[in-house]
Amino acid sequence: MRPGFADPVLDAQAAFRAVMEAMARPGRVLRLAAPPAPPPPLAPAAAAALLALADAETPLWTDAPEEARGWIAFHSGAPLLAAPGEAEFLLATAAMPPLGLLRAGSDEAPQEGATLILQVEALRPGAGWRLSGPGIAEEHRLAVCGLPADFPAQWAANAARFPRGVDLVLAAGDALAAFPRTLRIEEGG
Amino acid sequence: MLSRPEWIAALARASAEELATALAAAAPIPPHRRLRGPEVGLTMLRGRAGGDGAPFNLGEATLTRCSVALEGGPVGHAWRLGRDCAAAEAAALLDALFQAAPERAGPLLAPIRARLAAEAERTARRAAATEVRFATLAAMR
Repeated sequence: MRPGFADPVLDAQAAFRAVMEAMARPGRVLRLAAPPAPPPPLAPAAAAALLALADAETPLWTDAPEEARGWIAFHSGAPLLAAPGEAEFLLATAAMPPLGLLRAGSDEAPQEGATLILQVEALRPGAGWRLSGPGIAEEHRLAVCGLPADFPAQWAANAARFPRGVDLVLAAGDALAAFPRTLRIEEGG
Repeated sequence: MLSRPEWIAALARASAEELATALAAAAPIPPHRRLRGPEVGLTMLRGRAGGDGAPFNLGEATLTRCSVALEGGPVGHAWRLGRDCAAAEAAALLDALFQAAPERAGPLLAPIRARLAAEAERTARRAAATEVRFATLAAMR
């Protein structure tokens, strides 16, 4: 088994700060200074976000294989679920689970919506989608490689049920970006 | 041959000096690395009134835990009361070594287990000396 954060306190705080910054500035790509070295196929940024957020009180779902599941269970202590529908945090290393099936919270308790940490192939700022919404002054551009073709439609459906919905953290290598549920995505241009 | 619960119980209750002695006797120590800790935290101690009543929270105690992995091999864990990080790491390392070679646990831990058994017996004797048998009391009237 591999170790988690080299410095469990400071590195976890730095990862938490990075996720918070990414959520506050949707679409901005942040690089983590000292992510852990998780077993494959986990991306360092995805593992760092998970270890910073998940603990024994957050049911977790992941599609990762056995060795990675063991690593997550040991270092985060989060209970692993078989079905994605009940999880508070999800880590998808391959296919994205349909956003409509995940926990979206209720109008009274929208904070109970799930957070999906999704590993993608690459995050390229400056091209691709036009992002707008709270946290973006005018417009931000980001190209994401490795999302399903119907992602913009799924995301529009997710945004339409505000304040309920799912928040997304995209991880590629040691970089991450966040799509909070308030983000609007326009294609092309 | 000791079972893993038996040797973990002995490692959790051994003193720091006893662990250092056992670790020195277990040499050579194969290469290993820390997976987690040693780190100090708190644990809630739970008690039961009279030993069999409803559980209640007695209070918190400091606890030190450590996990180490031998190269390409087993993972050793240790959770010990107190704040002795070196002792927790030694206990985790011995747990990993014993998983690789269970037959070594008995001889290395024999002095620790003997001391623990003697202390438990002494405590049991002192408690037994103060026992009041209510049935006997009733018969004496």
